[in-house]
Amino acid sequence: MAFDVTKIRKDFPILKRQVNERPLVYLDNAATSQTPQQVIGAIVDYYHNYNANIHRGVHTLSQEATDKYEQARIKIQQHFNAVKAYEIILTSGTTHSINIVANGFSSLVNKGDEVLVSAMEHHSNIVPWQMLCERTGAVLKVVPMSLEGELLMNEYDKLLSGRTKLVFCNHVSNALGTVNPIKEIIEKAHKVGAVVLVDGAQAAPHIKTNLQELDVDFYTVSAHKMCGPTGVGILYGKEELLNKLPPYQGGGEMIAEVTFEKTTYADLPHKFEAGTPNICGGIAFGAALDYMNNIGFDAIATYEHELLVYATERLLEIEGLKIYGTAKDKTAVISFNIEGLHPYDIGSILDKLGIAVRTGHHCTQPIMDFFKIPGTVRASFSFYNTLEEVDVLVEGVKRARAMLL
Amino acid sequence: MTIKKIQEEIVDEFSMFDDWMQRYEYMIDLGKSLPLINEAYKTDDNIIKGCQSKVWVHAELQGGKLVFTADSDAIITKGIIAILIRAFSDQTPQDVIEADTGFIDEIGLKEHLSPTRANGLVSMVKQLKLYAVAYQTQLNLK
Repeated sequence: MAFDVTKIRKDFPILKRQVNERPLVYLDNAATSQTPQQVIGAIVDYYHNYNANIHRGVHTLSQEATDKYEQARIKIQQHFNAVKAYEIILTSGTTHSINIVANGFSSLVNKGDEVLVSAMEHHSNIVPWQMLCERTGAVLKVVPMSLEGELLMNEYDKLLSGRTKLVFCNHVSNALGTVNPIKEIIEKAHKVGAVVLVDGAQAAPHIKTNLQELDVDFYTVSAHKMCGPTGVGILYGKEELLNKLPPYQGGGEMIAEVTFEKTTYADLPHKFEAGTPNICGGIAFGAALDYMNNIGFDAIATYEHELLVYATERLLEIEGLKIYGTAKDKTAVISFNIEGLHPYDIGSILDKLGIAVRTGHHCTQPIMDFFKIPGTVRASFSFYNTLEEVDVLVEGVKRARAMLL
Repeated sequence: MTIKKIQEEIVDEFSMFDDWMQRYEYMIDLGKSLPLINEAYKTDDNIIKGCQSKVWVHAELQGGKLVFTADSDAIITKGIIAILIRAFSDQTPQDVIEADTGFIDEIGLKEHLSPTRANGLVSMVKQLKLYAVAYQTQLNLK
């Protein structure tokens, strides 16, 4: 199927919106993506036709909802190529997923053990590990990066040792767009016996991840960054590791048997899914994967790369503009500043022009400290953006520059 | 001039602008012309915690009146402070405490009032009022 952006845009009702009396140009996709009619339809269908609690009702609606929810889990398993569907834990999103692992490892990590994180992590993939280290006495070490925003793999090699118990790295950096060499990171970590968690929140919307091929131990995804709803995501974990981890939250659904003397936990995935989950969200996530697979991840990657190349070239026309994150392998994310201007001012003016970008530190203060800047303006593209929108952005930035300087 | 009168004046000036561009250009100009805070007062203690831009505010009592000076690393934010300083500086602490802030809505800066805006306009107003309360308490004790 040929990639037709005009046709694709018609699937997204919100893209017809006006903001400040101008057509919306939505370039904040790394924060959250927009939702196509097909996914909105799945949400509406759920509430119109089979809203019910799952896994315990004997009545028809509950059966239907359970079937659809579990079908969604299988879709997710197939999409990411996990061995078993029960290795896919449905969570509220990446932050929740990471916390399940960080919390679980509190009892599996000892004083003096080492935990490695990359220098370009989101706060949500730093803070839980700092908390883990505080609880256990383990030591947090940072894998540094270059000025281009690429991890220094020779430094990584030096940091790895028999003491390394855990390694955390994002697949793609949210602030810089760098695609990290996670296959190599995983292989090397495994050689010293370390367990690897890869935060896939920024990769999953752009790259079809093959979990078995990567041989990754844990992988996290948020649905809302890939055309799904907010409040749902996954924790993938290898079966043996998930079995080792203690549960994170207690409650209904996650138990096998409860007496006041002793409770036994349910099997995977329910051990980590206490309480009523985001049923509608899980089902809609499945619909989002169907939608994206229907377009095709190869087509999406090719088109987004075209947007990245064009936007990079055009933005660099602007005097004093500097791009942060120039890795050879990157997704369509451009973080930039203009000499003498504060990113907040640029973002405010772009908003007035109907252009949605993110400004600030992007929850990656260590990266901003590394570059010695207060923040950046970040334009992040999706497959429904157009080359014309890149032009609108460039004109907008030029106008902001003229007004502010 | 009373705070109320100054605020009316500001609202009048802003009502002459036809669109956001003129309003923003005016604020940018105000930001650029804001008398800078004494560098000695640009300390971390004087920073108003906003998410995206840094704002420093200093207050002192001169002849029974509160005098505010401020700075920010973002120019639009600076423009907003300049407006606030014009409305509240050189007034007695009691008048600042009692002052209404509805004029901010009227000049079309309401969008900056939302806490999610993270430029800290709400915090700025709160900080100015806190200074006023502090100095008024000091005056009452004398």
